Amino acid sequence: MADNIIRIENVTKQFAGGVKAVDSANFNIERGEFFSLLGPSGCGKTTLLRMIAGFEFPTDGEIYIDGQASALIPSYKRPTNMVFQSYAIFPHLNVFDNIAYGLRKDRLSRRELKRRVDEALAMIHLEGFGARRGDQLSGGQRQRVALARALIKRPKVLLLDEPLGALDKKLREEMQIELRELQKNVGITFVFVTHDQEEALSMSDRIAVMGKGVVLQIAPPKELYEAPNSVEVATFIGNINLIDATVRSVAGNEVTLDGPGFGQFRAPAIDGLKTGQKLTAAIRPEKLSLTASRPGANYVEGTIKASAYLGDRSHHHVHVKGRPTPVAVAAQNMDRSMTIGIDPSKPVYVTWDPRSLILLKS
Amino acid sequence: MTKPTRAAKRMGDPGGFLAIFALAYLLFLYVPVLFLPVFSFNDSIFVTFPLKGFTTKWYEQAFADQDMLRALTASLQVGAIASVTATILGLLGAKAVTRYRMPGQNVVTGLIMMPLFIPEIMLGIALLILVNTLFIPLGLFTITIGHIMLCTPFAMAVLTSRLDGFDKSLEEASMDLGESPWMTFWRVTFPLVAPGIISSMLLSFIVSFDEFLLSFFLQGQQPTLPVYIWSQLRFPNKLPGVLALGAVILIVSCILVVIAEWVRQIGTDERKVGVA
Amino acid sequence: MTASSAPSTAPGFFDRLRAFYLRSDAAKGYVLLSPVMITMVILLAAPLILLVVYSFWTQVGLQVDTTFTTDRYNDVLGKQSYHDIFWRTIGTSSLVTLVTVGLAYPMAYYVAFGVKKYKFVWLILLTIPFWTSYLLRAFAWKVILGFNGVINSGLMTLGVIQEPLEFLLYNQTAVVITLAHAYAAFAILPIYVSLEKIDRTLLEAAADLGDGAWARFWRVTFPLSLPGVIGASLLIFVPTTGDYVTPQLVGGPTGQMIAYSIQVLFLKVGDWPLGAALALSSMAAVGILVMLFVTAMQLAVRQIR
Repeated sequence: MADNIIRIENVTKQFAGGVKAVDSANFNIERGEFFSLLGPSGCGKTTLLRMIAGFEFPTDGEIYIDGQASALIPSYKRPTNMVFQSYAIFPHLNVFDNIAYGLRKDRLSRRELKRRVDEALAMIHLEGFGARRGDQLSGGQRQRVALARALIKRPKVLLLDEPLGALDKKLREEMQIELRELQKNVGITFVFVTHDQEEALSMSDRIAVMGKGVVLQIAPPKELYEAPNSVEVATFIGNINLIDATVRSVAGNEVTLDGPGFGQFRAPAIDGLKTGQKLTAAIRPEKLSLTASRPGANYVEGTIKASAYLGDRSHHHVHVKGRPTPVAVAAQNMDRSMTIGIDPSKPVYVTWDPRSLILLKS
Repeated sequence: MTKPTRAAKRMGDPGGFLAIFALAYLLFLYVPVLFLPVFSFNDSIFVTFPLKGFTTKWYEQAFADQDMLRALTASLQVGAIASVTATILGLLGAKAVTRYRMPGQNVVTGLIMMPLFIPEIMLGIALLILVNTLFIPLGLFTITIGHIMLCTPFAMAVLTSRLDGFDKSLEEASMDLGESPWMTFWRVTFPLVAPGIISSMLLSFIVSFDEFLLSFFLQGQQPTLPVYIWSQLRFPNKLPGVLALGAVILIVSCILVVIAEWVRQIGTDERKVGVA
Repeated sequence: MTASSAPSTAPGFFDRLRAFYLRSDAAKGYVLLSPVMITMVILLAAPLILLVVYSFWTQVGLQVDTTFTTDRYNDVLGKQSYHDIFWRTIGTSSLVTLVTVGLAYPMAYYVAFGVKKYKFVWLILLTIPFWTSYLLRAFAWKVILGFNGVINSGLMTLGVIQEPLEFLLYNQTAVVITLAHAYAAFAILPIYVSLEKIDRTLLEAAADLGDGAWARFWRVTFPLSLPGVIGASLLIFVPTTGDYVTPQLVGGPTGQMIAYSIQVLFLKVGDWPLGAALALSSMAAVGILVMLFVTAMQLAVRQIR
């Protein structure tokens, strides 16, 4: 059995007014992993985090923290600490006292307290900032102080509620790497809430994708991207082309389908397919390529309706006859002469490797 | 164009005429009251022009009056108890309404704020009937409970505006770091709300200290200062003493109000920076 | 973890109570709210209910006959002198409200739109009278308006008049002046708050759409400040209808108001049921008038397009 630091069993949270913020969530978080809760705003990820922290309590179900049922444990007795979205730096205390806040009741000697806080300041690269007041810090510095203040308590689980949301892009990318390093060094379980998929993909060991209070899929980043288990997950993470398809025939590992605009095409089979079954086939734009000449197989013909040049790559919208929405193609700009541009009069051919197709049952 | 034109002026700017009106209004507010200190130093038993000469004897006379001093003590006691009690009640109440959503909340806040919208005479007779029904003897105790009822909405209003917008994640952060709700209150909430608490206590104290009509209905043997002053107004020879006393009360009240408002103001600026 | 920390199978009553408390915002809220709520129920709601109950009883000598009767209300409604003093009270309070709000509006407007620096100082200057002793301010007017008062003696010293002006004190005008002064701060603050809240870009939009300064004021500023005006009117009108101090000090026989009659019934005559009925019926009448006023104001402003 895996060493689960947090077990979430059938947890439902219903707010006054009947809204189910979290609907029977059921999963585990392993000791020492970097676990992300990803989803659009209002999907219940923050509510779930706040239930682990003890600021909200489940209407139904139970959360076990390190094996212990938490329904009767208030936040101040839990082995979890939190980095708040607003950072919640105490405005009446300086940086030193903010970081030392949670240690005061441990009655440490003055020397020990100072040693611990200095150590924490060094960890977040803010040596010598102890006397600053919270309002004299930049956003990034406040974020670090919030981090140090939580980590100094040596929690079993560190909860982070969109901690990078308030930072600008460049700083955010720096902090992503720093946070990941830090997590590896301290070895504490991180539960990280974010709505930014790239952030979640680049940092996490595993990600739980949530939508409308329901956990849709839990998987490592690569699996989530390459093998989403539902249309919701597939569309939420990255861009994807969807094809409403019907199964024509199944032969071993391969299935032949029929979809509007695509005609007959092949894809890797999944379990339990029957001829005539309707499902959704999906393919990522970067797994498609464009050619001016007609390929041998696995292609559709269309015309480029719109293109966006992004430097390293270009995005094209290809109109395919019989398809209501254009096919999105992301092409690496491998040579400097742009051979394929918008020319509605000339046909282009979109091709793919059949192994890149994903089949999603609805 | 070099000179700022009318169009460049800020929208809605009323211009100079209103400034003159505003000054006149301030004079209307303050001049009548200023006659009290002016005539309190006038060496005459009559409050008439022309002024006779400068004297401080009315002050000496007023503060040598044992009845006055007893009334003053009574008012200070009542004011202290009422303002502290109202502030504690108001703080808990303000915390509840700003932090939690509760069914029936509007009804309760409506009840708490009601004394501000009911004529004091109604409150006076209603409380008189209550203490009579409960066989509570009239006295400073009955005046005090009346003042608690009257001061609570003020305290609640001051503290609600203070706590409104208080970042609740500060308290959550404290609990998250291991402090109980009680210690969280003392280590986080109290220091941040302290200016509001001071302000609430000062303003409640002034309301209680100046209150006349409730005390008038609920008084026993020992009057409060305003009730005592009221009783003195019947005697023309006591008038200069009342002027002196009134001047002192007005000046002390002004100072307390300025402190209360000032504390409230700097407090909010600090809080805004802290939460930003 | 050890087996002891495994979930217990049957949570006890207190555990369930605790879980409910932790889970319920309303429960936590009411725990905090209960001290002030209970205090106000005992010191405000209960007395007012008792007042209503008393108004249906009868005073017999020093005793109260607790048989239900509406006779007290009939007594109140049937007595012409109560009608007279009630309508005089309404007249005085209306006049006070009109004067006070009329004077306070430009003042509040000036602070909201005209003052750029030291707005805070202005606000404190306008709030101080709100908090300082009402009794002493009323008393100051008695001193000023009196037969031998500041105005009369001042004018006589200056030689403007030979005899003291008698019409200054002990009449309705004196009551109106004193109350208008006493309640000034009640009017300024609500109006100021509603003016300050107005988004300045709304005025720019009105100007952009072709409105001049007056049209902007009348079509944008004034309708948006109406909640403040109504609030101020209520904060003046309702308390002044129950005012006791000012009519006693400066009103004389013709300036008396309903509170005096109530006070006499309670503290002098000792007929509490009749006093309760008089107080309640006049407050009910005031309440109806207030509702009519608010509705009328709102309807009137809706005509501004």
